[in-house]
Amino acid sequence: MAVTVKTFASVGEAAGALSSDRSARYLGGGTLVMRALNEGDVSISTIVRAQDQALTRIDASGPRITLGAGVTFARVLAERDLAFLHTPAQSIGGPAVRNMGTVGGNLFAPNPYGDFTVALLALDATVAVQGGFGTRDIALEEFLQSRERQSGALVLSVSCTRPASAEAFRYRKIARIKPKGGSVITLAAHLPISGGRIAGARIALGSMAPTQIRARAAERALEGRSLDTATIAAAASAAVEGTSPSDNALGSAWYRREIVGVHLRRLLSGQE
Amino acid sequence: MSKIPLQFRHNGRDVAIFVDGGTNLLVALRELIGDLTPKFGCGQGGCGTCSVLIDGELHLSCLTLAETVAGRSVETLDGMKQGPNLHPLQRAFADHFAAQCGYCTPGMLMAAKALLDRNPAPSRADVVEAISGNICRCTGYEPIINAILAAAGGRASA
Repeated sequence: MAVTVKTFASVGEAAGALSSDRSARYLGGGTLVMRALNEGDVSISTIVRAQDQALTRIDASGPRITLGAGVTFARVLAERDLAFLHTPAQSIGGPAVRNMGTVGGNLFAPNPYGDFTVALLALDATVAVQGGFGTRDIALEEFLQSRERQSGALVLSVSCTRPASAEAFRYRKIARIKPKGGSVITLAAHLPISGGRIAGARIALGSMAPTQIRARAAERALEGRSLDTATIAAAASAAVEGTSPSDNALGSAWYRREIVGVHLRRLLSGQE
Repeated sequence: MSKIPLQFRHNGRDVAIFVDGGTNLLVALRELIGDLTPKFGCGQGGCGTCSVLIDGELHLSCLTLAETVAGRSVETLDGMKQGPNLHPLQRAFADHFAAQCGYCTPGMLMAAKALLDRNPAPSRADVVEAISGNICRCTGYEPIINAILAAAGGRASA
């Protein structure tokens, strides 16, 4: 079925068109919206695009970095200043998907996708969103909880913390198909160390709930402690708390609950 | 709904067509231009057999909105052979039995070309990574990897 394509020069106009039409979807790299059209999704009757350069801007200079929503994973991989995000970006798709898929689109990718968002969630990300009401920043966690209702708003950019050191940020994606495939589970941990103790631990999980979530019980087990064997064991056994995984072709909910602690232990102890 | 005029370069030749809103590039290439080399596999971005180069960058044509290539250059397998001669990658695929049923071959060749255009002397790991978005259900991948490495080696010594 033919759809109407509306292309705008500015994000403001695109946001206006998106918020005024329930059946409009924003087209970024195409890996989600074009797939939906190919599968005959009749709920989409209008495609909105913006050719605004603001959407492809990268600011990697400060302690918090900002990625325009239209930045592709291939561009993240080409930026030396974004080395801490290279492992998550590299874990997505093949080269073609990384040339197309965007940081903004990944926020909307359903299970078993959305791995980059797991990394962002561990790095205390905020999302800049423009709706009919103007522009505002939302914590990524809050954004994800209301993701289904966000389709009328246009994501402009995502900001996140730059980890203080390479060891402070860890990422692990478990997939059945090597080297690339949908996620069985995905884990990311940001563990800033202050005076030998963890201060501000954030653990994020993918494919363990309808959206990416934080493992708050595991975070509590780490907070204020040094990263020793006992602490890691406590965090690993708390990893499953608050999760609600589903069955899919890549793994059952039971299997995901069984392995999440195992992989969190391996992630925190630096095991391959 | 009215048709949208679209012009772009297709294998070095300017083409002008009319597309329906929402048409993907794969449909435009196959049904409107008659280039049957990119194949339809999954329509989801999972198989890679529709891979083409857009301004030299590997893209999945089934997930590309046709009108986004306006004014850009699209290369498909149809443009790979050099006159009557096969491209070194095509020759290497034939020599190394890298094609069995052949359905993945157009995408594999475009992914391999994207790699070698950027990195003329890839490692085995680079080759595996470069074709990681392309699925082959016949060969077990080894002959394909060997063919790409052979083509790269042949180029380097030429």
